[in-house]
Amino acid sequence: MTDTIQEQLRRACEQGDYALLLASIPYAQLIGVECARQGDDLVFRLPANKDNIGNPLLPAIHGGVIAGFMELAAAVHLLIATGTPGVPKIIDFSLDYLRTGQFRDTYAKCQVWRQGRRVANVAITAWQDVEAEPIATARAHFKIQEPPKPDRP
Amino acid sequence: MDMAEDPVFERATRFLSALRHCQVLGLKLHSASGDGLTLVLPFSPQIVGNPLTGIIHGGALTSLMDTACGMSTLCVLPQFEVCPTLDLRIDYMHAAEPHKDVYGFAQCYRVTPDVIFTRGFAYQDDPEQPIAHVVGTFMRLGQHARGMGKASPITTVGQP
Repeated sequence: MTDTIQEQLRRACEQGDYALLLASIPYAQLIGVECARQGDDLVFRLPANKDNIGNPLLPAIHGGVIAGFMELAAAVHLLIATGTPGVPKIIDFSLDYLRTGQFRDTYAKCQVWRQGRRVANVAITAWQDVEAEPIATARAHFKIQEPPKPDRP
Repeated sequence: MDMAEDPVFERATRFLSALRHCQVLGLKLHSASGDGLTLVLPFSPQIVGNPLTGIIHGGALTSLMDTACGMSTLCVLPQFEVCPTLDLRIDYMHAAEPHKDVYGFAQCYRVTPDVIFTRGFAYQDDPEQPIAHVVGTFMRLGQHARGMGKASPITTVGQP
């Protein structure tokens, strides 16, 4: 079974198949993350889902779900966009909540500001109706697998 | 349970039961007092982030710690106030062990008229070996929840 998942992950990364990749991550299925390519950009979508609500009276999406969505988007973006071997490991995550996450679809885009040999820095922006009015911004550091050293004669 | 813990424990339990996503994750109140509170995130296959290792996703951990930090305001405020999260930072010390529950402790270390500073950590077996450290800042909107929509101040449940 592990072989199948490993194979699925490898294929997903090699082919940049984010749907296959997201399908293999249980937490992505739980909150319901989708991804699509728009031009050169990868845009992640978190469809409105009652199970993601925190404050039931507003109602508002739970801040932890917004964070989880953005963290997941950053990791998948790194995998797909940079073709890093192996699953990136999160080192730290810092998040600013700018507006209430209303009970509607949420979107996220990522930007890799720096990819070193061992660590990558990714910025994430999440919005709902208007991209220029984000509901949250975040940045994360990931430990990435060092590429194998080239053989020197 | 210590008698002095009762009012906070009861308020916190009621608060937690109103948050839908927390019910989906199965979050439970473990302990609460004036010094802070501890929640439990039970292990479940649905929160796994890496299917190869069975390690839970950081997002579930973030939901646990955002909720714990937000709820720790209940420990220091005399009356319930709406306190949305301003920001949150998580430092991951090491990966959580699969198939084990995660505990999240949080406390308020500074309360001002506008802002509450909280901190906490997540652990599994040993609180001395946390899997993550967290700091979070929360805005106080007061008991009348200005600008938080049409919910009445008495029944409002704050955004965790």
